Amino acid sequence: MKKLLMGNHTVSWGAMLARAQVIAAYPITPQTQIVEELATLCAEGKAKAQFIKVESEHSALASCIGASAAGARAFTATSSQGLALMHELLHWAAGARLPIVMANVNRAMAPGWNIWTEQTDSLAQRDTGWIQFYCENNQEILDSIIQAYKISETVSLPSMIVLDAFFLSHTTEPVEIPPQELVDKFLPPYKPQYKLDPKEPHAFGGLSSTEYYYELRYKIQKAMERAKEVIEETDEKFNQIFERKYGLIEEIETSDAEVILVTSSTITSTARFVTEQLRKTGKKIGLLKVRVFRPFPSSEIRDALSNCEKVAVIDRNISFGSGGIFASEIKSAIQKMGKQPVIFPFIAGLGGRDITVPQIEEMINYTFENAKPKEEILWRGLKYENI
Amino acid sequence: MKISDEEILNPGHVACPGCGAALSMRFALKALGRDTILVIPACCWSVIDGPFPYSSAGIPVFHMAFEAAASTAAGVKAGLLAQGNTHTSVVAWAGDGGTFDIGIQALSGTAERNADIIYVCYDNEAYQNTGIQRSSATPYLAWTTTTPVKFPKQEQKKDIVEIMAAHRIPYIATATVAFPEDLTKKFIKAKSIKGTKFIHLLSPCPPGWKSKDQDSIKISRLAVKSRVFPLIEIENGEKYKITVNPKPVAVKDYIRLQGRFRHISDENIEQIQKNVDRNWEKLLKKTEG
Ligand SMILES: Cc1ncc(C[n+]2csc(CCOP(=O)(O)OP(=O)(O)O)c2C)c(N)n1
Ligand code: SF4
Ligand SMILES: [Mg+2]
Repeated sequence: MKKLLMGNHTVSWGAMLARAQVIAAYPITPQTQIVEELATLCAEGKAKAQFIKVESEHSALASCIGASAAGARAFTATSSQGLALMHELLHWAAGARLPIVMANVNRAMAPGWNIWTEQTDSLAQRDTGWIQFYCENNQEILDSIIQAYKISETVSLPSMIVLDAFFLSHTTEPVEIPPQELVDKFLPPYKPQYKLDPKEPHAFGGLSSTEYYYELRYKIQKAMERAKEVIEETDEKFNQIFERKYGLIEEIETSDAEVILVTSSTITSTARFVTEQLRKTGKKIGLLKVRVFRPFPSSEIRDALSNCEKVAVIDRNISFGSGGIFASEIKSAIQKMGKQPVIFPFIAGLGGRDITVPQIEEMINYTFENAKPKEEILWRGLKYENI
Repeated sequence: MKISDEEILNPGHVACPGCGAALSMRFALKALGRDTILVIPACCWSVIDGPFPYSSAGIPVFHMAFEAAASTAAGVKAGLLAQGNTHTSVVAWAGDGGTFDIGIQALSGTAERNADIIYVCYDNEAYQNTGIQRSSATPYLAWTTTTPVKFPKQEQKKDIVEIMAAHRIPYIATATVAFPEDLTKKFIKAKSIKGTKFIHLLSPCPPGWKSKDQDSIKISRLAVKSRVFPLIEIENGEKYKITVNPKPVAVKDYIRLQGRFRHISDENIEQIQKNVDRNWEKLLKKTEG
């Protein structure tokens, strides 16, 4: 069944189809409709979940942590300030190895108040131990939520499904809604290895001295490494049932490309169009979409970039004092390559400023025309140098 | 009133000698039974339970961040309900810092939603775990490491029970280990009621109160007798009842056993006595009303 859904409602439907048993969430623009739709779906009995209408994002994640530790499938959704408020508990959820799934609508961090898209909120949480998926369209959002539960429950780590403010959250697209029976077949009920159970009492998360803590961290890294394989296997199983797959990365015309453009989220859709147009003019341009940011698909990216000379990375995010975060991860990933391509680190579209077709064309042309980037950070679309 | 002979809290926990918090847990678990799950935020009890891979509680424990006991316990309850478990009691067990200060937002939200949990605050009147810093539960003029003798705490203790009463939750009780029958009754009652239950335990702490290990029960008893810590119940935020009302003693008898008050003068004690008397009068009015 196809249904017209905005990105936010798609998230709610994804959580319902995945049979989330406990939902705790708090409204924030541009995520609000996720909470509203879930409240409606629960009230109508379509979603059979305990819905906790918490007083903050902090309590939203705390409640999900409690519910997940008790053995239930838990879901939350937030954005920017709300995600930042959760920070301590993001570490807690991963450290406690709980397979919670959340949706985060990318929104710029204040001050100044800005509700438009930017990836810095979620990328700033990259070290918390959450698997992160950056989605390009509403169908991918729905499918990724269903996949994420299976992945998270396999490797015992939480997952964050990330979508752009407005470009996805408020954009209506036709979304294929899979029949519940098929989703149930793909995603059976959650059966944790350990849970809070008076019949088998355990303490979770107690004092861990220097004797044990190190190994616990090591195991999280190992689980992240394993998650890469699990993501691919899960994607393949999903494909067999639903005939859609996404991969860790997606390559478009990369095999003979001299320049490869790297994008994530909805910028990819604009970049697909630009790449297609430039290919027609004979330019050897390729496109690499990075869907999964944690675990970072370093080896897959190395393979994709192995034949090109230069790589243009567009970052709608910034780590102050360093630069674009995707660019920095890619620079680190290519260190293992014999012949390394030159990285052109573009920053664009912070705070939701449009990234247009001519801008992307200019970035590609710049990369073709220059042997090396002329600046450490290639800022694009800046209007005022002095404000 | 019979207190269960079964020991659920195991020996080998790592509380200090004379710790009111450990004894409180022992009696609370006897009343609650094994079909109980504990959520413990950062506090002395995150240590008392024992280091990984040990646990002394005898029932499941989920350790949690300092400020999140109530909302986490509500999540555990929701998780159990989602799996059809309606019988297990979920208990948030937090210190005064985790309750009066950093955890009050989550507690207020959880109480307002009337989540079906028992929230226990064992109140040792300071951040003991981090080395005796003042909290908003620290009493007037007490010494702590952040309220030194030359400038002891200037503010009155926050009235958490009244704050919780204002949430009109079904059940609130105060208890302390010197009155184990009263404590037991209150836990058993809390367990039988649906909704948010709040139990405030005064919990002597020899290192923090600079008292003798062997005096903890005596101090706990004198807190009640001096009316510094009346033993009460409040139903639905309005029906007040004094559950134990022994012959009163002077506040001085309570204070002079504790080194944290050693610097205060007789006039200071007079002043504290007046505050205690006024609070008692107010309480009596509420029990009439
Ligand atoms: C967010 C955060 N801030 C500070 C701390 C450090 N900390 C741990 S326990 C504690 C004090 C606990 O006091 P209380 O709740 O009264 O429990 P007690 O130790 O007295 O039993 C503090 C400040 C922390 N764990 N988390
Ligand atoms: S410091 Fe106080 S509360 Fe903490 S374990 Fe020791 S006696 Fe108990
Ligand atoms: Mg304390």
